[in-house]
Amino acid sequence: MDWRDTGILLSARRHGETSAILEVFTATHGRHMGVLRGGTSRKIAPSLQPGAQLDLTWRARLEDHMGAWTVEPQRSRAASAMSDRLSLAGLNAVVALLSFCLPEREAHPALYARTESLLDLLAERDLWPLAYMRWEMALLDEMGFGLDLSACAVTGTNEPLDYVSPRTGRAVSAFGAGDWVARLLPLPPVMLGRGTAPDAEILDALRTTGHFLENRLAPALGDRPLPAARGLFLDRLARQSN
Amino acid sequence: MTDRTEIDALIDQMAKLPGLGPRSARRAVLHLIRKRALLLQPLADAMQQVARSARECLNCGNVGTAEICPICADARRANGQICVVEDVADLWAMERSGVFKGRYHVLGGTLSALDNVGPEELRIPQLVSRIDGETISEVILALNATVDGQTTAHYIADQLETRVELTSLAQGVPIGGELDYLDDGTITAALNARKRV
Repeated sequence: MDWRDTGILLSARRHGETSAILEVFTATHGRHMGVLRGGTSRKIAPSLQPGAQLDLTWRARLEDHMGAWTVEPQRSRAASAMSDRLSLAGLNAVVALLSFCLPEREAHPALYARTESLLDLLAERDLWPLAYMRWEMALLDEMGFGLDLSACAVTGTNEPLDYVSPRTGRAVSAFGAGDWVARLLPLPPVMLGRGTAPDAEILDALRTTGHFLENRLAPALGDRPLPAARGLFLDRLARQSN
Repeated sequence: MTDRTEIDALIDQMAKLPGLGPRSARRAVLHLIRKRALLLQPLADAMQQVARSARECLNCGNVGTAEICPICADARRANGQICVVEDVADLWAMERSGVFKGRYHVLGGTLSALDNVGPEELRIPQLVSRIDGETISEVILALNATVDGQTTAHYIADQLETRVELTSLAQGVPIGGELDYLDDGTITAALNARKRV
């Protein structure tokens, strides 16, 4: 068994004295693990930072074996992120969420393409938070917990939508919300692709997506807690937007 | 038969050391047995002594044989600088250079979201209390240029930036390094940190 693909490195863990277990996200094979022999060497280890774009060849005797990688680094993204606290927190959040959410060996080509674009924007401080929020919405969608923001769940109309139902993930208008306002999640205009996307609105949007990550997606994945990296990224964004 | 089992046990223990496998451990043990008086006995004595006395410095986390390590006990090194390192091996590397004349703080690892290592698992609270308790003017963050290392550095900077001057090691071309062999990340960092000549 063997295949070749490009992928994004999610993590590299030391395995024995000289090898590493790489967890990567590829377009056609999804989240995939394998052993890289010599992966802790001084030559290759600096290139194996989370977010790195790699050219990968995977080989194993049987398909269900862990298999071994042959790796050629294409480009590093960590270097551009390391000097900026928000970018680094964002990079950590993205790789931690992918590692947390994605089932092994299941292709998600659309999410892969979005992730690659998102990580390529890491150095763009002004664009990154908005791109990250859109990516998180896409992640929910890809995992089967997408938000339906097309019309009000109560009235069925397109009148100004202000809330999201925490149970169904459907948009609710101010009129439709009625007495339930206090129980609904905010739907800032930025989630509908409107307005100038200030950081405060993006933070509200991330609190809404966070609700579904924590209360819908995480329980479906064995009720593990969400990766702390996401919370640290939100803290960082809140601090920088103040 | 008993001797054989004890030697086997020694080989098994030696094989657990970094850089050694069963074959090389067997070679090392055979060499030690052949030079029993010259190597084996002094080694056994030294290991026993270290096993009895080795401990972590209560102040900085360095490994020593007293409650306070020689670096922390040396009044000449109280120059107001603390160099924060990830591991004792990094402290030893800094000491080999002989350039840094201040004191150290060993974190004992880095923050890692994937491995669930948080600030409480590291010696970050102790560092914060040292800043309050000692007269510190500068904290040098000498953490690895990895995502985990820099995430930890940023976290520490968040905790300390209002209390003390913070600096970090430069990143770029190593001495003797050739540009052609450097990864693009290192070249980017070196270019960003370029200096006037």
